[in-house]
Amino acid sequence: MPEISELQAIASQVRRDIIRMVHGAQSGHPGGSLGCADLMTALYFEIMDHDAKTFDPDAINRDLFILSNGHISPALYSSLARNEYFPVSELATFRKIHSRLQGHPATKEKLPGIRIATGSLGQGLSVSIGIAQAKKLNKDEKIVFCLMGDGELEEGQVWEAAMYAGANNVDNLVALVDYNKKQIDGSIDDVLPLGDLRKKFEAFGWSVTEMNGNDMHEVVSHLKQVKSQTHKGQAQIILMHTEMGMGVDFMMGTHHWHGVPPNDEQAEAALAQLEETLGDY
Amino acid sequence: MKFEIIDYKDTRSGFGEGLLELGAENPKVVALIADLTGSLKMDAFAKKYPDRFFQVGIAEANMMGMAAGLTIGGYIPFTGTFANFSTARVYDQIRQSIAYSRKNVKICASHAGITLGEDGATHQTLEDIGLMKLLPRMTVINPCDFNQTKQATKAIAKHKGPVYLRFGRPKVPNFCPPDCEFTIGKAIQMTEGKDVTIFATGHLVYPALEAARILEKEGIQAEVINIHTIKPLDADAVINSVKKTSCVVTAEEHSIYGGLGDSIAQLLSRELPTPIEYIAVNDVFGQSGKPDKLMKHYGLDAPHIAEAAKKAIQRKA
Repeated sequence: MPEISELQAIASQVRRDIIRMVHGAQSGHPGGSLGCADLMTALYFEIMDHDAKTFDPDAINRDLFILSNGHISPALYSSLARNEYFPVSELATFRKIHSRLQGHPATKEKLPGIRIATGSLGQGLSVSIGIAQAKKLNKDEKIVFCLMGDGELEEGQVWEAAMYAGANNVDNLVALVDYNKKQIDGSIDDVLPLGDLRKKFEAFGWSVTEMNGNDMHEVVSHLKQVKSQTHKGQAQIILMHTEMGMGVDFMMGTHHWHGVPPNDEQAEAALAQLEETLGDY
Repeated sequence: MKFEIIDYKDTRSGFGEGLLELGAENPKVVALIADLTGSLKMDAFAKKYPDRFFQVGIAEANMMGMAAGLTIGGYIPFTGTFANFSTARVYDQIRQSIAYSRKNVKICASHAGITLGEDGATHQTLEDIGLMKLLPRMTVINPCDFNQTKQATKAIAKHKGPVYLRFGRPKVPNFCPPDCEFTIGKAIQMTEGKDVTIFATGHLVYPALEAARILEKEGIQAEVINIHTIKPLDADAVINSVKKTSCVVTAEEHSIYGGLGDSIAQLLSRELPTPIEYIAVNDVFGQSGKPDKLMKHYGLDAPHIAEAAKKAIQRKA
């Protein structure tokens, strides 16, 4: 079991990978990817019971993760590669022609670690509920984690899914919201305010908790606590407070870096702030 | 002529019976419904296999996503709702979560076309075949009667990959043998003829056979071919017949755009340019009414098919 400091070191490398991938492609979404690097690291290096070496598309007896907000794929690809789902050298192909690392996650050429395409927003929670129901039918005790963006909650399908999971006590599912309060066009409150998310999900029958998604101690302890509450009759959702662009000072506090790649100078400045801990690809 | 009417039954009941049998034969088959259990004839499956039946409420987008998710874990989900809500309403969900993701989901769509009847154009999809045909990896099937729909339902469970299965609401002639073989992608020659080929699908297959009878009285031999699988199209069956007859009528309960007619025309324009007449709804929305009156009004019946056949024959070089 890695120490928190080790997880923090891994998260630093994930952030480096994110910057280098988006810079290399001159395309992609660094802001949300950086904000969720701590969560992805915690899930893939500590919390989830998974096995990269024998990737099973059906995820039998494995925890699994669905990235509904598929645009933050760099964070996922890095976490998968650093777990040896596929070679880290492949990260260099991100968003380039003939790559398995599509702009948004796809099952293209059966890329290990990806079980469904995501990116057109609002669909991942429904998929995750289906997986959770399959696990129940299979008497498989493992858990489904599903991350959504906060802006993504503006999609109606999310609330269809929320209603279903609440009403049917889908208790082997942990949903997370990347609650950075920003979307492409600006702050959530300027575009379409989400209101009281806690009360909304509680009204739909969910157990709602909150955590600081950029504090590794809190992320690990909170996820462990939530995992211990699965199979207890209620769907769970974590409102995960994050900072878009976390780890790179000039990318924080703005929605500008949602979907803009850094130029050479900016990439260099960003990487100077992120320690290389596992070796760059 | 063969294919006498056995009885009159709705094709959706063929689906319901097929699904019930699948429940016993394959423990991986699960079913989802968006508040239309009775309309889709899924009651018997729901009662016998409650653990494998998911009532999702009036939330079709969530249903398609859940179906995609259930395949992760090895299940074969059959979704049920009306054809309009199985396609247009959830197109992006099917596109991303099912077709692009290669998920083994069977999208089972009832009340397709204008024979939905009195509910009117809001519920009468005439675009669904086209929408589904456009998606890479999607198989599109439109069986012609109760017996064939039942066999098609059972066949798609054995096929790995996304399938759109389209059927209808009203009681129509049931004329295929109860044990008729159903092979996805393999057209069925219903009559043999040398003067014109009528390619028909779904509810238009029986009227095509009736048209062949009308034409026979006038000394015209029509070859009727049942294209139950629109995608992938049985190109060999189409070309071999047209080599013999040199002219074509296509017949479908669908828009003239995007359906069977387009598929046949695209194939023949490349391989064997041929005069084609189209029996289809000519770029308009439907309306309320009795199914048989609507079919007559939009020209989707035997007399119109026979007329189209004569026109096609006249256009031969």
